[in-house]
Amino acid sequence: MSQTRTLVTGDARIRAPRGRRARPSRALLNAAAAIVILASAFPVYWMINSALLPNSAVREQTPHFWPDEFTLSNFAEVITQPSGSIIFLPALAMSIVVTVTAVLVALLFAFFAALALSRFRFRSRKSIIVGILVIQMIPVEALIISTHRVLDGWQLLNSAVGLTAVYVAMVLPFTIWTLRGFVRGVPIELEEAAMIDGCTRMGAFWRVTFPLLGPGFAATGVFCFIQAWNEFIYALVIMTRPETRTLPVWLRAFVQATKETDWAVIMAGSTLCAIPVVIFFLIVQGRMAQGMVAGAVKG
Amino acid sequence: MTLTASPPRRGATTAPGPRPPRRPAGRGSLLRGPAPLLIPAGLIVAALTGWPLLQLVIMSFQEFGRAQIFGAEPEFVALDNYARVLADPVFWGVLTRSIAFAGVNVALTMVLGVGIAVMMTKLGRVMTVAVSLSLLLAWAMPPISATTIWGWIFEARSGLANYVLSLIPGVDMIGHSWLYEPLSFFFVATIIVTWMGVPFAAFTTYAALSQVPEEVLEAAALDGASPWQRFRLVTFPFIRGVVLVVLVLQIIWDMRVFTQIYTLQTIGGLRSETNVVGTYIYEVATAGGDQGAAGAISVILVAIMLVISGYYVLATVKEEEL
Repeated sequence: MSQTRTLVTGDARIRAPRGRRARPSRALLNAAAAIVILASAFPVYWMINSALLPNSAVREQTPHFWPDEFTLSNFAEVITQPSGSIIFLPALAMSIVVTVTAVLVALLFAFFAALALSRFRFRSRKSIIVGILVIQMIPVEALIISTHRVLDGWQLLNSAVGLTAVYVAMVLPFTIWTLRGFVRGVPIELEEAAMIDGCTRMGAFWRVTFPLLGPGFAATGVFCFIQAWNEFIYALVIMTRPETRTLPVWLRAFVQATKETDWAVIMAGSTLCAIPVVIFFLIVQGRMAQGMVAGAVKG
Repeated sequence: MTLTASPPRRGATTAPGPRPPRRPAGRGSLLRGPAPLLIPAGLIVAALTGWPLLQLVIMSFQEFGRAQIFGAEPEFVALDNYARVLADPVFWGVLTRSIAFAGVNVALTMVLGVGIAVMMTKLGRVMTVAVSLSLLLAWAMPPISATTIWGWIFEARSGLANYVLSLIPGVDMIGHSWLYEPLSFFFVATIIVTWMGVPFAAFTTYAALSQVPEEVLEAAALDGASPWQRFRLVTFPFIRGVVLVVLVLQIIWDMRVFTQIYTLQTIGGLRSETNVVGTYIYEVATAGGDQGAAGAISVILVAIMLVISGYYVLATVKEEEL
């Protein structure tokens, strides 16, 4: 930045002092960045490092700063040893099924709703928009008990269908809101051109707008994925049978059961819970923040 | 860009030829209008957010304890639950704690988030990527994993924090329990919540900053504006909307923090002295079995959230008018 600025001014008398002043601040800037990198990434490194060490090494008072006694036994133990009667692989499978289904259903429903809100003018449009905003304010924690009772009445406790539906409802307001911004970004003229060429209105949505929403689906999809994958309290309350537990609940049972004794295994479990989100994140990272701004704010 | 292709291949069986563009919407038959598009999302939100919310409000006016959980008819008690909750000093303690905790965390998250975003615009390419990647890592951690990691770092005997602090001459922290004292419990909780919250604030602000036109900044610089003046007078007005939304979301998220506090309580920490509103509702409803009171607290919490976010909603609706 400072270099471009001196180029623009092109005045020797101005350039010289600027350059001198810029150098120490550049070093300071990089130092600050290094602190941010360290603070953000170190705990994650520490988790992986501890997961790769035997428990005997982890329990020593002098920490091992790198896995010098490398072992994979913690991961083996995590996968085979039940934590309070919850087994890892079924919990993983439940998390995957519920999360993936919830993301797909939410994106589809949100796409429809976003179309309705951005491509049509109708009388109750504004109240629906206010409704979407207000629903986002309702704390999930306040609704757990009554949601439990409602699902109980519908025989949907301990059912993947029930939990998936709850997650879809949970992410929909934000998802609709964000996607709406992206739909607005697709010029309506494109749809109109398709309609003149003989498409129905729905056909125009599907064939013209839908394929152009890639970044929007990426940004909102990641959001849904994280919300559903990390969700803890609904899963804790709704899925009470051990075989229906999800990964976060499994991990918490693990922490509780092996309290203070086996941090190495617990770190291995934490790592396994985090890996899918990290992978997903890295795939679509570039579009995330841009998407947030384009969708949630400009919309 | 694939939009040049795909003329309708299935022929024009359903489409009645060219239509006037910009047809006023909403005048068509019901099935062509917005209604069918809104129904799937509307139904599921109504069933799983709206209906429980209604139940919650009803429950808050009922005597709903253990007897009712096992099948007894709930009795209508009007405002008894609210009166009981509002007269309970424990509730006020929890609420005060929640507000203080959220206040500290929101302030820290916003200052660090915006600061890091501004810093990222001034970094070289390599450093920007490195900062982004490390922030992504923190952001991607499931709250329960993050809480467990930090819980382990602050563990009394073999935790890293005590080891590092004990390297300072004259300090011996080995065996110090961070989670036992409420104040240091919330210190650890603040680290976790801020650590997880900063990436969202930083990325969103950074994305907004990238839309500030470079020419305006350069013009301001040529006119002799100091860096701080340029930020305050040029940059900030551009990103104010985004920062405001992030601020409101942070307030909402930090007021209702649950997983981190609940998990830290599991690792160590006295529930009675470390409850926030979210964990308190859960405890009153499950361990206490008093769902009427839990319902009343929930309704009060929803009301508080609506008051906090009212400005945001109003501002957004006003913008819709344009």
